[in-house]
Amino acid sequence: MKVRPRHVAAILLRQYYLMRGSPVRILPVVVWVAIDIILWGFISRYLSTVASSGFSFLAAFLGAIVFWDFFNRVMFGVSTAFLEDVWSRNFLNLFASPISVFEYLLGLVICSILTSLAGLLVMILLASIAFGWSFLAYGLAVLPFLLVLFLFGISLGILAISMVLRFGPPAEWLVWPIPALLSPFAAVFYPVSVLPTWMQYLARILPPTYVFESMRSIVSGTKSNPMDLLLAGVLALIYVLMACWFFGHVFRLVIREGHIARYNAETVS
Amino acid sequence: MKADMADRNVLAVVDLCKYYGSILAVDHVSFDVNLNEIVGLLGPNGAGKTTIINMILGVLQPTEGKIYIEGIDISTDRCKALERTNFAAVYAPLPGNLTVYENLMFFGLLYNVKDLKDKIEQAISLFELGRFRNTKCGVLSSGEQTRVGLAKALLSGPRLLLLDEPTASLDPANAREVRDRIRSFAKKEAVGLLWTSHNMVEVESVCDRVLFLSHGKILLEGNPRTLPQEYGMRNLEELFIAVAKEPLTIEDGS
Repeated sequence: MKVRPRHVAAILLRQYYLMRGSPVRILPVVVWVAIDIILWGFISRYLSTVASSGFSFLAAFLGAIVFWDFFNRVMFGVSTAFLEDVWSRNFLNLFASPISVFEYLLGLVICSILTSLAGLLVMILLASIAFGWSFLAYGLAVLPFLLVLFLFGISLGILAISMVLRFGPPAEWLVWPIPALLSPFAAVFYPVSVLPTWMQYLARILPPTYVFESMRSIVSGTKSNPMDLLLAGVLALIYVLMACWFFGHVFRLVIREGHIARYNAETVS
Repeated sequence: MKADMADRNVLAVVDLCKYYGSILAVDHVSFDVNLNEIVGLLGPNGAGKTTIINMILGVLQPTEGKIYIEGIDISTDRCKALERTNFAAVYAPLPGNLTVYENLMFFGLLYNVKDLKDKIEQAISLFELGRFRNTKCGVLSSGEQTRVGLAKALLSGPRLLLLDEPTASLDPANAREVRDRIRSFAKKEAVGLLWTSHNMVEVESVCDRVLFLSHGKILLEGNPRTLPQEYGMRNLEELFIAVAKEPLTIEDGS
């Protein structure tokens, strides 16, 4: 698969121009994550004072919110960069240019890496300074944690934009609730064992579940199973491949049915 | 001679068909565009002009038929074919949240334009966009946005240029200037143009050859300056109206 760096650079440059031209776009990267850290930091601190179990709520809850927000940023990083083309009705100009689907997706993913890492950095700094939370307390496990969440975020981001491409600009409203719908199943703040059996089955096919279970094991001082993280990585990779295949399939479908030109004239309603 | 013609051919549309469900929008259309030639694609609303342009741009898949851009089959080598093509259309303005310069940078990279900064300066100068360089396209008038769209279309030095009603939103003075610039570009550069318009005076002055489309079929083809007389009409506008009113009964008047 041939990748022309200038095509990918065009997508990155466009996102840079948009942020430079409208600094308010930086707010979601910085402000919402800061609010989450402050809110969950105080909740964790309060729980630590009233609970006598000795369990570190700060490490568990702040860790959960940092990693969950990172996953959210990755997913929204991909979908927001795509939605810029929906909002500016740029489908026709873009897809009539020589950029390939793979180059376009690669550009979106790199945009997402940059914005999600910026958000992660803000969260780590704030959680460390304000609440004494340490990112390094999880040891080397943070690397597979981030990788799994990154891959799953990318796959959901691509799935979300495929839906918008398939059903048109109004389908944008299906994108935003996706993380909220998944969070009860992904066992972000509680162990999978508290879920009803049917929810546990669903939880087991979601890669983030393994990340949050492992994180809680580390916090509580019990040993986490590295095979769980390996399984999560393999699952996440399968989801990325399926999402890319699905996007390619949807792209061919909209080209066959002529939706690109139609969406260009449509706006979100 | 044949080899020479093949070298000059920038667009070959062969037996193109498009069905939307059971509706036939384009019905076995074939035509060529050669280098330094401006071909007008004419027809009433709904005749299939934009459908054909969308298929040439690779954003709509034909049901049958082939499209070759400089001999490259767009169905098998889409990106390579589109590198040689560019377009401007009133219904596809450039993103309004980027400035004129930013849009030209963005699309210049997408079209892999060499010496991009110099080419942008030339395009800005050609379409007198200097004072709008740092203005967001969304706040420009429709005429100014059209000029930015044309600057983007010419920026990549395309071999095939598709212009869908390029002067529709321009005042007569601006429209004349834009026509002159595009005509001069078409004669000087190695480019072939496909031009759609409902302004028959414009078509007569700009196009070397016209194709009249009706109900998705090419009904007439020829020189816009002699075609009306061949069909017993006084001018192109009369011929257009006749085609639009009774598209399937018009007969050769000669």
